[in-house]
Amino acid sequence: MHIVDGALSGPVLISGAVLAVLGVGIGLKKLDAERLPQVGVLSAAFFVASYIHLPLGFSSVHLILNGLIGLALGWVAFPALLIALLLQAVFFGFGGFSVLGVNTLNIALPAVLVFYLCRRGITAYSDRTAAIWGGIGGGGSVALTTVMVAGSLALSGQAFWAAAQITLIAHIPVILVEAFVTGSAVLLLRKVKPEFLQLSETWQEQRYG
Amino acid sequence: MPKALEHSATSWKGQALKHNRSILDRLDPRLRLLFTSVFALLVVAANSLGVLLVCLATALTFALLAKLNLRRTLRRVLAMDLFVIFLLFMLPFTTEGTPLFEVAGFVASVEGVQHALFIGLKANSTLLCLLALIGTLSASTLGHALAYLKVPEKLVHLLLFTVRYLDVIGQEYKRMRRAMQARAFVMRANRHTWRAIGYLIGMLLVRSLERSERINNAMKCRGFTGQFYLLDNLRLTRIDYLFAIFSCGYLGALIGAILL
Repeated sequence: MHIVDGALSGPVLISGAVLAVLGVGIGLKKLDAERLPQVGVLSAAFFVASYIHLPLGFSSVHLILNGLIGLALGWVAFPALLIALLLQAVFFGFGGFSVLGVNTLNIALPAVLVFYLCRRGITAYSDRTAAIWGGIGGGGSVALTTVMVAGSLALSGQAFWAAAQITLIAHIPVILVEAFVTGSAVLLLRKVKPEFLQLSETWQEQRYG
Repeated sequence: MPKALEHSATSWKGQALKHNRSILDRLDPRLRLLFTSVFALLVVAANSLGVLLVCLATALTFALLAKLNLRRTLRRVLAMDLFVIFLLFMLPFTTEGTPLFEVAGFVASVEGVQHALFIGLKANSTLLCLLALIGTLSASTLGHALAYLKVPEKLVHLLLFTVRYLDVIGQEYKRMRRAMQARAFVMRANRHTWRAIGYLIGMLLVRSLERSERINNAMKCRGFTGQFYLLDNLRLTRIDYLFAIFSCGYLGALIGAILL
């Protein structure tokens, strides 16, 4: 999912970086000092969760979880994901330096969109509906990320179109797995710790008595 | 993909990861950050083989000077190069231009081969420089250096918090996985696995959130007002000035070579 240095064209890199800076700016504005430890610990948890490898066919996939991050953090997903990508680039050599902006945008923007589109869905009365909305959020955000990665490649030159198409096709199974995992995680969080999804206690009492 | 090539199969060891002390450790972290950023931008902007080869040679020199762990570095470079190799096979055939050779009716072009080669050189140069100059910093030093370079305070705090708790949360995750193993859970490609992993992640987040509440209380109790004080005062020494002069000359020459 990460693009390496040198592959993308200048305009794509620059516009990606500008938009990512905007997103991180909004995220930082919405993040008050009170919540710093919480977001820091959560972004560590997401970092850890993203190195869970699930077997799939001959290979294995690792989770991105940007849907769940978006549902939990909203705009703050931008700075949290920037930190995660920076740490990955610097200490694992995964991704790159000049593409940090594009990569952040590609992963964090879908997270923010999911926050706005699926937040109502996961507060639904029925568990089943909520899990399905969680699944839509989880799968949808990865699908969107894939489309954006393919788009950044395709915008960088016609020669990348085939690579972009392969990226799209290769990620279909990942989207499915991600949808199931996020749906179940939402289901559990609703029951165990609704305030995680910014659901109030009155909601919990009404729902689970 | 074989396990050994997956970066993320290795868990975060962060500051516990040892590296050999080298001459580069005597350089100021801010200078290392600045140099790497400018270097990476120039490498990406470069568009001639000669310049890129010089950049790769520079990055290799830094990697040698930094005494990087050979196996670890090779594993990371290989993991990234899988993507580059994939492009290397694709690009010659998808770029139009002077034909070079033909495989099963598909024509490979000179321009495509050159493009793929450039991407490979750029990606490897930046990666090696990044690993040698910044990857050898401890994560908290990196945070402090960023703070001195006027990166927004909240972002730096977030970085420091994340790094501090990566290890703790990693341990928590391992504990939960051990508990699942003890109950004979085996990962397969089915819905049961995905549901179980979803619950695992949910539970990991719940525990993390509760931990963060305890942390927040403990920090408030000690008078935390949303401000970290940077206790180390970084000071430039003679070797830093030497490095600064060298990098100005080197990067200037690089800019000149790219513009010409």
